[in-house]
Amino acid sequence: MINTQLAGALEPPWGGGVSPFAVSWQKLMMWLFIIGDALLFAGFLAGYGFVRLANPTWPNQFEVFHIEFIGLMTFVLITSSATMATAVGGAKVGNRQQVLRFLGLTILGGLAFLGMQVYEWSTLIGAGAGLTSNPWGVPQFGAAFFVITGFHGTHVFTGVLILTITAIRFVRGRTRFEGVELAGLYWHFVDLVWVFIFTLFYLI
Amino acid sequence: MATAHVLEHTHTAGSFLGRYIFSQDHKVIGIQYFLTAMVMALVAGFLAIMMRLQLAFPNETWPLLEKLFPLGMEGGVMKPEFYLSLVTMHGTLMVFFVISFALVSGFGNFLIPLQIGARDMAYPFLNMLSYWTIVPACLLMIASFFVEGGAAAAGWTAYPPLSAVQNAVPGSGWGQTLWLLAMALFIVSFTMGGLNYVATILTHRTQGMSMMRLPLTIWTMFIAAILALLAFPALTAAAIMLLFDRHFGTSFFLPSGLYIGEQVLPHQGGTPLLWQHLFWFLGHPEVYVLLLPALGLTLDIIPAFTRKPVFGYRVTVTSLLVIAVLSLIVWGHHMFVSGMNPYLGEFFSIGTLLITLPSAAIGLNLIASLWGGSVRLTTPMLFALGVIALFGTGGLGGIFLGNAVSDVYLHDSYFVVGHFHFMIGGVTLFGIFAGTYYWFPKMFGRMMSERLGKIHFWLSLASFYGMFLGMHFLGLAGAPRRYYSFTQFSFLEPVVSLQLIVTISSFVFAAAQVIFLLNFFYSLKKGSKADKNPWNATTLEWTADSPPPHGNWNGEVPRVYRWPYEYSLPDAPQDFTPQTTPPAEAKVTM
Repeated sequence: MINTQLAGALEPPWGGGVSPFAVSWQKLMMWLFIIGDALLFAGFLAGYGFVRLANPTWPNQFEVFHIEFIGLMTFVLITSSATMATAVGGAKVGNRQQVLRFLGLTILGGLAFLGMQVYEWSTLIGAGAGLTSNPWGVPQFGAAFFVITGFHGTHVFTGVLILTITAIRFVRGRTRFEGVELAGLYWHFVDLVWVFIFTLFYLI
Repeated sequence: MATAHVLEHTHTAGSFLGRYIFSQDHKVIGIQYFLTAMVMALVAGFLAIMMRLQLAFPNETWPLLEKLFPLGMEGGVMKPEFYLSLVTMHGTLMVFFVISFALVSGFGNFLIPLQIGARDMAYPFLNMLSYWTIVPACLLMIASFFVEGGAAAAGWTAYPPLSAVQNAVPGSGWGQTLWLLAMALFIVSFTMGGLNYVATILTHRTQGMSMMRLPLTIWTMFIAAILALLAFPALTAAAIMLLFDRHFGTSFFLPSGLYIGEQVLPHQGGTPLLWQHLFWFLGHPEVYVLLLPALGLTLDIIPAFTRKPVFGYRVTVTSLLVIAVLSLIVWGHHMFVSGMNPYLGEFFSIGTLLITLPSAAIGLNLIASLWGGSVRLTTPMLFALGVIALFGTGGLGGIFLGNAVSDVYLHDSYFVVGHFHFMIGGVTLFGIFAGTYYWFPKMFGRMMSERLGKIHFWLSLASFYGMFLGMHFLGLAGAPRRYYSFTQFSFLEPVVSLQLIVTISSFVFAAAQVIFLLNFFYSLKKGSKADKNPWNATTLEWTADSPPPHGNWNGEVPRVYRWPYEYSLPDAPQDFTPQTTPPAEAKVTM
């Protein structure tokens, strides 16, 4: 806020744009929420690291997962981030058709990711994996897998809901640029978290 | 920010339900939190009295209490597991449902928009939602006493395996489940509140209210809200894993070979240490979430009754920030005896002792704020002085506990209980009382009785020291916490009489709070009318009506020209210069 005043009084320290600190309270709140939510995932991942270190052995992920398939999931999710960014760009210049088209594509990407996750889960459960035991080693492997990916999946699902609501509100003219941008912030966050999960749980 | 000025205020009167129950007005929500805290304090205080009865008179029977708790007090004799429930619920309720509510949510909601010059919080609906999320949480907590097995009994820290194995103790069943649910609701509510606080303070300040012109109350609320937002997610993650351990058979927190109820549990490979790390990553910052606002209120109240600026504003703000950062990396000092690498213990020790420095700076600023002032010993001022006393005494004990060497002896003894009651029990509670006596005229438009207030203060202070200084000595003698009877230990015989002193002090303390309640409700109806600025103070809330209308100021939101501690300016017409006074009328110092 100081900066809005300064920007008004001293004129443009930010030649080509808006001061990054002069955010609206809506956007500020979304950022704060994202930080909190990131710490929630940090808590889960730290817990996973803790139990993994506490156990002498850990299954070899490359034998358990089809890593190419997980790579495809990751690709789909990151692509949906790109379409989201395009939708936000459209909202900024007021291109209604671009917003709706790319919001739709993003929702499709999210649904595709969820579908693939359902397939992955059912394959693993079919192979005998569960919260309390799994065929590959210590029970914490299954527990951590289902809790962390389940929690992330819930976030993707919530994200799809938020995007759908945003799209409807946008059609009805009840939200404009900022609504789309805020939904986009959340969506990018969900994607970013997946990158961490992919790295820390599947790869390392 | 701009919109808050331009918008003409369009609040309609609305129905009773809209105005007082599902209100979106920050002042009503603040008072709702405040009254809820009062009810929960009665419940939690009653639990404490029962504990003290048991410890002082372990051989007596209490037929009356049996009527209330037929299972826990069967035959009028307290069961050990019921005592554990009392300890657990007293701690949980006091920390999260009394101190948090009254101090952070109550005063925070009431004061933030008023002191920064805003019409309301950034997101009033979210604010209302945060209050109505904690109502079911309170009900669940209270209800847990009356379910099968009784309330949770794993301590307010909910350490596994007591909290993770359903049949570990009776309270580990339904009681613990309800405890987790209520805490989940609490965290959701506190997150909503915290988001609102930070966003409001950063974006809704009135013209001229730069960050370095904020009253220290607002600074402490701001830092407390950020701390809570950073710390609570760790507990959320831990609580979700605990729910999985309890109900879906996972073993995040449960090691192999655990033997409970005459059988070996099937769990394997987990570790209770994980819970302790995650819990204390929240638990330690939480102490500061509660403590800092109490100091903030005190720092704002003192200048009004010394008629001089608060000492070392910038140093205080810096110290608050340093405390906040350090508090996030010292959680391990709660776990010195849980087993950790000695080098890690050293890190946590040094970090904890480092917190002494900014804390001492704030303590010094508090005392220096009195120096040379024309001190007026009104009730709010007395309680503010009480905060300084308790902060000093409690802080001294903290030095012994932060040091791993002495903590290994003192850990889990009454020394710890005494210490944390001074800090998150005493500093906070006296801060709440100081704030209540000080802002009561603004909240309700009437003054509280000074005479009753002073009796309340002196009884509270004396009995508080009787209780918790006594506990320090019990702890030095080796009395462990959470034991429900001390009659069987010959090494504790020399300090048996101390238990009695502590118990009698606790009765006096409880009686003093009855005086407070009488004063509160009597003054609500019969107190003398208060005008806009009864204390001749400088901050923005005193420029609004008492009580302020929805929207806080009739007409324009005031503009700010100076910092909030402009007292006894040499050339000013009065000995106080409100923040709204333009530079033309009195010199601006900051």
